[in-house]
Amino acid sequence: MQLNLNSVKYTIIFATIVCVVCSIMVAASAVALAERQETNRKVYRQRNVLQAAGIIKDGQKVSNEEVIKLFNESIEPKLVDLETGEYSTESDAATYDQLAAREDPAMSEEAPANNSSIKRVPKLGLVYHVLKDGHVDAVVIPVEGYGLWGTLYGYLAFEHDGDTVRGITYYDHKETPGLGGEVDNPKWKALWPGRKGYDAEGKPAIKVIKGKAGGVEEAPHNIDGLSGSTITSNGVTHMMEFWLGENGYGPFLKKFGQQGSA
Amino acid sequence: MALFGKGEKGALFGPVFDNNPIGLQVLGICSALAVTTKLDKAIVMAISLTTVTAFSNLAISCVRNYTPSSIRIIVQLAVIASLVIMVDQVLKAYLFEVSLQLSVFTGLIITNCIVMGRAEGFAMQNGPWISFLDGIGNGLGYSVVLIVVGIVRELTGSGKLLGFTILNLTTDGGWYVPNGLMLLAPAAFFIIACFIWAVRTWKPEQQEAE
Repeated sequence: MQLNLNSVKYTIIFATIVCVVCSIMVAASAVALAERQETNRKVYRQRNVLQAAGIIKDGQKVSNEEVIKLFNESIEPKLVDLETGEYSTESDAATYDQLAAREDPAMSEEAPANNSSIKRVPKLGLVYHVLKDGHVDAVVIPVEGYGLWGTLYGYLAFEHDGDTVRGITYYDHKETPGLGGEVDNPKWKALWPGRKGYDAEGKPAIKVIKGKAGGVEEAPHNIDGLSGSTITSNGVTHMMEFWLGENGYGPFLKKFGQQGSA
Repeated sequence: MALFGKGEKGALFGPVFDNNPIGLQVLGICSALAVTTKLDKAIVMAISLTTVTAFSNLAISCVRNYTPSSIRIIVQLAVIASLVIMVDQVLKAYLFEVSLQLSVFTGLIITNCIVMGRAEGFAMQNGPWISFLDGIGNGLGYSVVLIVVGIVRELTGSGKLLGFTILNLTTDGGWYVPNGLMLLAPAAFFIIACFIWAVRTWKPEQQEAE
């Protein structure tokens, strides 16, 4: 039988077959590799926690196995009731998924008005204790907030006073490479350690300002702005304001600081 | 028919220097600018593109006699897009951090002119095997340029190759002041231009008549 390649019927049948075959192949590869990709994402987040905590230095090459080992050795995930700032054992910190909990009406609340486009806040928040010689040396909190193109997700580490910044990393963002994307620049991240999160009245004070902020001594609350990316810089300021504030990790950090260098 | 006759060899090696897709046809330079700041990114991108071009040529050549001409371009696109998504999934599973750096550019292989150009220009008229070789050949041609540009840019821009320090930077107490321009997209234009100049001096038949 001679096929008429240009008949409408044949064209539609051919297009359908191509679509079905292509989608089966795409779906199969996505499903087959999903587990490995999920592990990669998890290890990548652990790597970022370790980076914020200063255990892995910027530019240092560390294999995935070492990341898992370091994470298990020196990081202890804990859950915190964000409202009271007390530790909570309502759920298992090791398996708690904060991003999923945030979407679950039973486990989260509507966020008060904020500049970071945060819509819901989970009742329980993850914190990561950084252990050194058996005692808690520092703490890492997750932060997130809207920049220019999308939400930036990152980690912020505090020394045991709950006030002095130890480090920051962003593990996921959609900012413009070379402009807002410079939140990944090691030189910019190196400006954070030593700055203070709170002012004398205990209000969140850390800010990304326009231009140069100067050293830690002269400008304890300010970070150099990212040139050409005012909106990303403001986004970072806003998310600090939110997550260090009353509705974020403010109550926890206050209590954490008071326990001091136990 | 020999597996590696003259035609097959031509299809495989011709595009590397004689008929380089970037050098002679000046196709696919958008990604050559974007992913060549570091050599490892350039290599991964080169392998990804070679794989996609080879298999898309193979698949499209297999169905070329059954493809209605009215929808041939969209069929090619569907095949290419599926392959690119699969490559992206593999990268995310096995080379996660490189895939983060490549970000959107793996996805943009879909619109790379080389892939479409070979599918429409070669695979639609030729058999599967030679089309497959042509895909690899053109991928290699692209790879050569990408790797050359990647080496020059990483070495002069950050004093490293594949992340290992080759030239000691002044910031680390060495002697080399990195050339920041090399990390920006325009630098790739200069290097590609020099590459084209070098190849056309070597093979004058590539020069266009004045």
